[in-house]
Amino acid sequence: MGADATTPPMNRPPIKVPFTLNGMEITVSIDPAERLLDTLRYRLGMTGSKEGCGEGECGACTVHVDDIPVNSCLIPTYQVRNAEVRTIESIDPSDVGALLASGATQCGACTPGVVMTAMWVREHPELLVTHTLRELMAGNLCRCTGYDGIIDGVRQSLKEGPQ
Amino acid sequence: MDRIEGLAKLTGAERYVDDLPLDGTLWGMTVRSPVPRGRITGVHFGSGVDWNEFVVVDHHDIPGDNTVLLIETDQPLLAGDYVRHVEEPVALIAHRSREMVRRAIREIEVTVDPDPPIFDFTAEPTDDQIQHGSDNALKRIDVIKGDVDAALAGAAHVVEGEYRTGSQEHVYLENQGMIAWEEDGVLMIKGSLQCPFYVLKAAVRALARESDRVRIVQAPTGGGFGGKEEYPSMIALHAALLALKAEQPVRIIYDRGEDMRATTKRHPSLVRHRTGVDSDGRLVAQDIDVALDGGAYVTLSPVVLSRGVIHAAGPYACANVRIRGRAMLTNSPPHGAFRGFGAPQTHFANERHMDVVAATIGIDPDEFRRRNLIVDGQTTATGQTITDGTDRVALLDHALELSSYRERQSEHQALNASHPYLRRGIGMAAFHHGAGFTGSGEVMLASELELAGLADGRIEVLSANIEMGQGTLTVFTKLVCDRLGLAPEQVVIADADTGRVPDSGPTVASRTTMVVGRLVERACDDLRRQLGLDDSDSGDRVTRAIIDWHIEHNKPLVGHAKYKPPPGIEWDEATYTGDAYATYGWATYVAEVEVDLRTYTARVTDFVAVQDVGTVLHETLARGQIQGGVVQAIGWALTEECAWNNGVMQNNQLTNYIIPTSDDVPPIRVSFVENPFAHGPRGAKGLGELPMDGPAPAIANAVARAIDADPHEIPLTPEHLMDLLSNGR
Repeated sequence: MGADATTPPMNRPPIKVPFTLNGMEITVSIDPAERLLDTLRYRLGMTGSKEGCGEGECGACTVHVDDIPVNSCLIPTYQVRNAEVRTIESIDPSDVGALLASGATQCGACTPGVVMTAMWVREHPELLVTHTLRELMAGNLCRCTGYDGIIDGVRQSLKEGPQ
Repeated sequence: MDRIEGLAKLTGAERYVDDLPLDGTLWGMTVRSPVPRGRITGVHFGSGVDWNEFVVVDHHDIPGDNTVLLIETDQPLLAGDYVRHVEEPVALIAHRSREMVRRAIREIEVTVDPDPPIFDFTAEPTDDQIQHGSDNALKRIDVIKGDVDAALAGAAHVVEGEYRTGSQEHVYLENQGMIAWEEDGVLMIKGSLQCPFYVLKAAVRALARESDRVRIVQAPTGGGFGGKEEYPSMIALHAALLALKAEQPVRIIYDRGEDMRATTKRHPSLVRHRTGVDSDGRLVAQDIDVALDGGAYVTLSPVVLSRGVIHAAGPYACANVRIRGRAMLTNSPPHGAFRGFGAPQTHFANERHMDVVAATIGIDPDEFRRRNLIVDGQTTATGQTITDGTDRVALLDHALELSSYRERQSEHQALNASHPYLRRGIGMAAFHHGAGFTGSGEVMLASELELAGLADGRIEVLSANIEMGQGTLTVFTKLVCDRLGLAPEQVVIADADTGRVPDSGPTVASRTTMVVGRLVERACDDLRRQLGLDDSDSGDRVTRAIIDWHIEHNKPLVGHAKYKPPPGIEWDEATYTGDAYATYGWATYVAEVEVDLRTYTARVTDFVAVQDVGTVLHETLARGQIQGGVVQAIGWALTEECAWNNGVMQNNQLTNYIIPTSDDVPPIRVSFVENPFAHGPRGAKGLGELPMDGPAPAIANAVARAIDADPHEIPLTPEHLMDLLSNGR
């Protein structure tokens, strides 16, 4: 056996990456191969973003990078150099009242990703001209709600408009 | 009342096991068997790793019995000299760096002298494949009512059918995980789990510790669906072995690939039906054979088989029933608890078969069901007389009306005759689900619950039942508020911590709201009695009485409740006759599908779910349970297929194990018909598993109509539909 060809060497020298996190400018010293999700969770203690699959299928790790929702498990941290990163920790409880009332969260493991996508849709209502809400939310797998609670909550929050 | 922990979840503040602070914690990983069966000849540690930096554990490090105690003791905690399935745990390693652990684990090789495995649970094992008893049967259960052979001989029609279902992965969004550490001589284990006292009992046995020197604490749990009923005991004890040896906290967090490859799934099934019907279209005989693939160890297969067998004849009245069930050993990873627990498999067979029988004898499927659904005073397969007052025929008619069943049928006929590539169909399933443990199970659990009146006047509920998304915290809070006239902020729910709470039983089997919720109500009454209050006293009077009590007494104020079976419930385990469950949820589901002949894909385009689950305690939560269960079952019916090869799940990732997205399913239209159950809290019955039972047969029946074929197996993947369209089955 042994390390495969794609495995990076151990003891790589750290690199410094400056970026804006939820409006605060920070610089992190990271392993060059580190995923943004791990930087957030294990280096910065911001554990709201979840790892559901580690391969960009489930969306539980969704964050915004320069106003685009991305799977943070697929983004090397060095790629967010000088970018604006926004995570679930930036969300105010007043933003999610409609989702709470509609039953959009059950176990909560997919929820941070769902909320980040929902916020993006709410801030870009023009997307609904070309896409259905069910299409826009399809990148966030949920195993509990059957999606109706999520779709109803997002629809309600769209009526309320961006904060 | 909104979900109690809802805002914490919606803002990312909820702390699951993988979110707990890391200080001084080692990362643990599991060394697993590479082959399905054989004698272990060695565990070889590669020379490229400094193993002195690692904590390494094998079966020699187990202080007590090498077993994960459940029903039996046949499953080792770490294989000693023999393995029975791929991915079976053999050894454990831990290191402060997760990356080091992940790299090092690849440098460990387990060598095995192989013996012949068996994977086909429907095949007769050869002598050298027998590993349990004389024939690999982990459990056999027969249900006998009347004289099936005589009734079949005299029946106007006899119709046979054979139905198969595949394994299904839970895909709780939070993977399995545990942390263990020692604190003042007490071993603490915290993690994602459904049954804290199962873990405790397993720990006492394997670690040879008194139960007061082990404490199991549930962390907020990101979905379970049964997948966190039994397997968490394994991970908890692995973390404990590493932590005890390392004398440091150890966490084991599975990634998705390991979780899907190594942990339990729904039992695959093969169910055969031979059904006798009289000239009026009434069932006179149901001869049913149920086989389940149990996997490599006994685990929960006997009780999964039990529930599957008891539900196999469906919600119908038939005087002559014979159900023969068996759970067979194979060298696949053990199959385990999964929402529905055997009933979805046997309901799939029965409800698909009802359509086949109806078509064979020339009656409409709805009318065939109408003639045979149990009416009050008639008995189930186990001889349980149903007298709950639910009108099951009216429930079916309500579902047909809501789904515009007749109008859709005519529309589909017109479309199917003319459209170049689209075919539509509508299908139904009528079914039931027993709430709570089977037979004498609840009596043996003897669940207990406590309700503390705190010095500040608040109420604390102490139970072992956990929140995993299904709403326990909210329902328990609401029950206390309704019973005592309090506001939600006056109620706290204690962590499910075996060091603090009584054993109110596992969070499984649609029992938490119905069985334990009733204990919450009775403990409220007991508390009020201790305070010298009347049953009508509520609100501020209760709060003031609690505060005054603490001023006068210097001891805790605790209301108690212990399970009492509803009167008149009798079950005979030896003959498998009597009242299998205290009560049942009843339902009819209707699915509309569209099949695209160009791509061979089937899509659910409308879904109506009508059910009686007694009183609905919380509309949003109850509807969410039904919708979520239906969509999980849509996945099982259409896309979720475990690709097994030599006992290894090949598609152990969400890229190619396909669960439904929001864009794959229609809105699930839910309707409750409320018929209160006298012995449930405010009349509620269990509801969590019911929605898993009906969608698959309703969808398969709709596909049968759409493409005029006869599906006998799920999932109805494009490959399977292509075969059906070419061969008719």
